Amino acid sequence: MKTYDVTVIGGGPAGLAAAISAEKEGARVLLVEREERLGGVLKQCIHDGFGIIRFGEKLSGCEYATRFIHEVLKTSVEISCLTFVSDIKKTASSFCLTLVKRGGLEDIETKSVVLATGCRERTARQVAIHGTRPAGVFTAGTAQYFLNVMGQMPGKKCVILGSGDIGLIMARRLTLEGAEVLGVYEAKSTPSGLMRNLSQCLYDFNIPLHLSQTVTEVHGDARVTGVTVAEVDENMRPVTGTEKYIDCDTLILSVGLIPENELAEKLGVALDMHTKGAVCDQKYMTLTDGVFSCGNALHVNDLADYVSESGEEAGRNAARYTLRERALIPVTAGKGFLYTVPQRVDTNALGEKTVFFFRAAEEREITCVRLLLDGNEIMKKTYRHLRPPEMERLELDLNGYKYDNGSGLEFVMEELPS
Amino acid sequence: MKKELICITCPNSCRLSAELLDDGTVSVTGNTCKRGETFAENELKHPMRSLTTTVRTTFPKMPVLPVRTKGEIPKEMLRPVMRILSSLVIDREIQSGDVILSDAAGTGCEIIATLDMRP
Repeated sequence: MKTYDVTVIGGGPAGLAAAISAEKEGARVLLVEREERLGGVLKQCIHDGFGIIRFGEKLSGCEYATRFIHEVLKTSVEISCLTFVSDIKKTASSFCLTLVKRGGLEDIETKSVVLATGCRERTARQVAIHGTRPAGVFTAGTAQYFLNVMGQMPGKKCVILGSGDIGLIMARRLTLEGAEVLGVYEAKSTPSGLMRNLSQCLYDFNIPLHLSQTVTEVHGDARVTGVTVAEVDENMRPVTGTEKYIDCDTLILSVGLIPENELAEKLGVALDMHTKGAVCDQKYMTLTDGVFSCGNALHVNDLADYVSESGEEAGRNAARYTLRERALIPVTAGKGFLYTVPQRVDTNALGEKTVFFFRAAEEREITCVRLLLDGNEIMKKTYRHLRPPEMERLELDLNGYKYDNGSGLEFVMEELPS
Repeated sequence: MKKELICITCPNSCRLSAELLDDGTVSVTGNTCKRGETFAENELKHPMRSLTTTVRTTFPKMPVLPVRTKGEIPKEMLRPVMRILSSLVIDREIQSGDVILSDAAGTGCEIIATLDMRP
């Protein structure tokens, strides 16, 4: 049986960064990718805006991935594409993975595992849409694959449900390719995507955005012939009497992403109900020793730059991993936060800096965010505005404080009068 | 007249308030970096955008190749450049960064490939 120090599962931006950094630490690394080519979803992200933080340049998703692919090919990382992990088991001091490859099944042994399995799109079955089941209902990512990888138009007259970034980007892409995008419908009262995407993808092309409205029914037998839209009340329930029929041949859904954690569940890794990813410490190690999680498998990021950052850190720590005692203290988030990552801090392994990511639950104007250790303020930062779609990153030095068994960190926020 | 803009330079998406003054200069507030000023000035005088799209190839394993403008083009040139690119067909192996078209529709802007092709 082949043995490795680190096995990275997933060859997207998180996994590529993890494999590269683990190998730099001198580890024997295996990178497992299900598809034929490395790059993950970035292969179909032809739009730009990637790499501004990491490279100081505006790259397309493809170019961003290409940089990492070229780098990993120069290393000793063993790359196994068209390979699927069908089973994962914890043994006494390591992990045993069953791989399904072109040549058949193969078992391998690894000291640590990095889960970089990304996320999945929520589908039409996961949002309450009634009606028939004709062709022409796509997730935004599938429509993106059709256009940018296969070179096929998913439809001519499109309605988009959900204002997530991929939906906005597809609105522009479809318009430029000659389709008619009739409108973007968002059940929430605020848009889900980044402001820059609302501006350059919708406003630039006069595509209307309808807030507090949703698609309630799909019509058509073989192919979509139209959809019914309706206003929703504050509980997101459609308001009777507000229904409108829209003639279209395509419905595109951009209604959220969910971290993919089937392998984590198989290992019994504790998950966070808010992020839907693993609970981890600042080293990106989950509560299961030797199992690391990063990128969109950990929590859905809005920038690939942050995905790479977490992958890099997870890979480095996975390479350095040896079984040791952790002193984990909880990190909780008070009212106003959607979530914070990491959810634990290992006070036995504090580095020079500890990086936190958080999202606000609602849009806020000038807001003061404070971090409390056992009730005492150790950090304060004021934000001009906070929006749920825009993830915030905080870098702190947590050295020099007194921690004990019952210690805890808590994030609190307070909106200030403007 | 003051115009409310969203800076599209980076993900911070700063909300700008910009005004074209009589002397031809632009006053900007709300930006958190220098790039916001440049963006606002362009936006009021001659809005510029980058364009990312695909061009057809003759290779069945990669029927389309992702490309982008190297830099920005005037916003009103997005559709003319799209039209030109829709008539292009790539029949040779291309690497990321290779120039596909040297001057897109008279904008002076190059079109470059953004993915390695391995047919």
